[in-house]
Amino acid sequence: METLLKDIGATINQETQTLQVNELENEAIYIFREVAAQFERPVLLFSGGKDSITLVRLAQKAFWPAKIPFPLLHIDTGHNFPETIEFRDRLVDELGLELIVRHVQDSINQGKVVEETGKYASRNILQTTTLLDAIEEFKFDACIGGARRDEEKARAKERIFSVRDDFGQWDEKNQRPELFDMLNGTIELGQNVRVFPISNWTELDVWSYILKEQIEIPSIYFAHKRHTFLRDGLIWSAQDEVVFRAKEEAVKERTVRFRTVGDMSCTAAVESDADTIEKVVAEIRISKISERGARIDDKRSEAAMEKRKQQGYF
Amino acid sequence: MEVLKIATAGSVDDGKSTLIGRLLYDTNSLTDDKIEAIKNSSQKRGYDYLDFSLATDGLVAEREQGITIDVAHIYFSTSNKSYIIADTPGHVEYTRNMVTGASTSQVAIILIDARKGVIEQTYRHFFINNLLRIKDVIVAINKMDLVGYDQSVFEDIKQNFEKLNKNSTYSEQNVSYIPVSALKGDNIVEKSNEMAWYQGETILQHLENLHTEDVSEERQSRFSVQTVIRPKTDEFHDFRGFAGKINGGSFRVGDEITVLPSMTTSMIKSIYFYDKMFQEAKAGSSVTILLEDEINIARGDMLVKSDELPKVEKDLTATVCWMDSKHLKSGAKYWVQHNTNKVLSKITAIDNVIATDFSGSKEANNKLALNEIGEVKLKLAKPIFHDTYVSNKSNGAFILIDEHTNATAGVGFIN
Ligand SMILES: Nc1nc2c(ncn2[C@@H]2O[C@H](COP(=O)(O)OP(=O)(O)O)[C@@H](O)[C@H]2O)c(=O)[nH]1
Repeated sequence: METLLKDIGATINQETQTLQVNELENEAIYIFREVAAQFERPVLLFSGGKDSITLVRLAQKAFWPAKIPFPLLHIDTGHNFPETIEFRDRLVDELGLELIVRHVQDSINQGKVVEETGKYASRNILQTTTLLDAIEEFKFDACIGGARRDEEKARAKERIFSVRDDFGQWDEKNQRPELFDMLNGTIELGQNVRVFPISNWTELDVWSYILKEQIEIPSIYFAHKRHTFLRDGLIWSAQDEVVFRAKEEAVKERTVRFRTVGDMSCTAAVESDADTIEKVVAEIRISKISERGARIDDKRSEAAMEKRKQQGYF
Repeated sequence: MEVLKIATAGSVDDGKSTLIGRLLYDTNSLTDDKIEAIKNSSQKRGYDYLDFSLATDGLVAEREQGITIDVAHIYFSTSNKSYIIADTPGHVEYTRNMVTGASTSQVAIILIDARKGVIEQTYRHFFINNLLRIKDVIVAINKMDLVGYDQSVFEDIKQNFEKLNKNSTYSEQNVSYIPVSALKGDNIVEKSNEMAWYQGETILQHLENLHTEDVSEERQSRFSVQTVIRPKTDEFHDFRGFAGKINGGSFRVGDEITVLPSMTTSMIKSIYFYDKMFQEAKAGSSVTILLEDEINIARGDMLVKSDELPKVEKDLTATVCWMDSKHLKSGAKYWVQHNTNKVLSKITAIDNVIATDFSGSKEANNKLALNEIGEVKLKLAKPIFHDTYVSNKSNGAFILIDEHTNATAGVGFIN
C-alpha cells in the first residue's frame, strides 16, 4: 500500500496543463482555509473512520507545504476496533500531527455519565459528554467533523459552519443561512462552531476519492474472516468482548467487512469479499443498503439523530 | 465528476418532495432501507401509494406539520454527473430560505400544479430566480395525471408563464417547460407514455445535457486571499503562498496581476494545487499562488488581472434580501462580509421595498422586515473590491452580519 504522506517536495513536477477542478475537493479545501483564518483554536475530530481520514488528506492539501495547523482530537469510547487505534497512531506519527485523546471511561469514572447496560448497551451517546468537556478544557472554538448531509435526514439540514451554544446544543430551527460560499464564523466567547467540510459528499464520493488518492484506511474496511453472530438480521463481531452477546446467539466465522467504524458495540458488519479499495467502491456502487443501515443507534427512533444532535452529539 | 446544483421551488403541495423522491427512485438512488422506511410510513398513514415526499422532509417539526421549513440538501448521481438538490420551502415567510437555496444553485426547478396554474407564489419563485440570476430554469407543470394529461392545460400555463417572463430583467436566462406527473413518474426520468404530444426532454434528460460552463457567469478573474502559507521549514524556507479560491475567470503563470487594496503589481510565478504545479487554474479552484515579487499581502486582499480591475469603493448600492426578525433600519451598523473581507458598514438609506411579484416597488419607510427585498445604500469603513452582481456573482454579493447577535441578517447583490 501507499505511504500515508507523499515525500514532501520530492514529487513536485511542472505540469503544463490546466488544473482540472474537482468541485467537492475544492470546496472542502476552501472550508479548511476559512477555518484556519476565522478561528483561533480549531481542532479536527478524528474517529479513525474513513471520513475523518479523508478530512486529514484534504487538510494536508489545504495547507501544503505547511503542516496542518491544528491538532486532532479523538474521543476514545474504549470500544473502538483495535485496528482503528493502531491505524490512528501510525497516521499521526507519519504526518507529525498533534493528537489529543480523551476517554469516555474517564467520564464514567468521574461519575459524569452512567454506562448503559443490556443487549443494546453502547457508549455512543456517552461520548457527547466527553467531547463537550474536551472542548471546554482546550477552549476549542471550531471543531471540524466528517459528517455528511447524505447520511441521515437531520444531517441534510446541517450547515457547513454550525454554531453551538455553551452547552454544545444545536438549535436547528434557528440556523444561520449560508449564502453562496460565504461562511460566517463570528461567535461569542464560549460558543463554538462545528465545521463540516465534506457536507456535500456522498458515501460513494468519499470512497471514490480514497481510491483516486490511494489513501490508506484501517483493515476492517476490507473483507476479512471474523467470528461473528447474528442479531436482528445484522452481523456482529463476536471476537471483541465489548459487544454483548447472549448465550443462544451462535458464533460463526464469516467473511465480512465494516462500512463504518463507529463503536464496536453498535456497528454491524456486512458479508463481503471486497478486499481491495477497487472492490469496495464497486460494491458500494451497487449497494442497496445505506451505510447507516448498519448502525443500530439510528434505529432507536425516526428522530434519533436529530435528538442526539440537539444535545451536542456530532 | 461534474457537479450540478439545483434548487427546487414550489408552493406547498405542488409536489416538490414527490418530484425529488421520484428522481431519486427512478435513478436507483434510494437504498432498500430507505425505500422500506418510505413504505412503512406510507402504510402507517394509510396511503395506497408510495409517498416519496417522505424521503426528503427531515426535521421533526416538518414531519409534524407536513411542510418543509428549512433548506434540505439531497444527493443523487448518474454515471454522468453528481447532483445536489437544495429543496427550499414555498411559503412567503420562507423567502429567505428560497434565496439561500438559490444562491448555491445553477439550475432551478419551479413546480406548478396543473390544476391551479400560475399563482402568486410562482411569481415570487421566478422573481427570486431572476434576481439571483439562475441561468437555467425548468418550469415543471406537475400533476398532469389529474388533468387527463391534457395538452391544452399545459399550453395555457406555459403561455401564462411566458407573460410573466416578459417582466424578466435577465434576458440570457433559459426557461424550459416540461409537463410531468411526479407521482406517476411521467417525464421525470422516463418519457411519458401518456403525453405523446410532448416531444421535449424529460427533467433528467434536461439536467444531463447541461454543463457547468452553460450555467456559470463569473467572467473577470478574481482571487480573494484566504490565508498566507509560510511553512518556515528548511526545505521551503522562502515559500510564501497565497491560498484562496479563484472566484471568476482564470489565472496563468506569467499573468500580470494587481493586488488590492495596495494596487501593487507583480507577476504570477507559480500556481500550486497541493504539491503539484500547474500552468493555469480556473474558477472554482482552491489553489496556492506564488508571486514574482515580495509584496505584503494578507487575508482579505484580492489578486486580479491588471487589465480587469474591479471597483474599489466605500459607498455601495445593493438589492438586499433581509433575513432577520429584527428590522433593517437606516443608520444601523452591520458587518459586511464580502469574499474574505469583513468591514463595518452603516446603512445610509433604504430606498424602497421591491414587490416579489414584478409589480414594482414602494416606499420603504426606512426599514426592511424579514423576507423583504429592497434597495439599500451602505457606507463602508474601508473600501471593498467588487464587481456588480450581474457581471460577477461571487464578487458582487455580500452578507450582512449583526454586530450584536452575529447572525447572518441579510444578503446583498451589488448594483
Ligand atoms: N395525482 C398526483 N398527485 C401528486 C403529484 N405530485 C404530488 N402529488 C401529491 O400531492 C401532495 C403533495 O405533494 P408533496 O410532494 O408533499 O408536495 P410539496 O409540499 O410541494 O413537497 C401529496 O399528496 C402527493 O402525493 C402528481 O404528479 N400527481
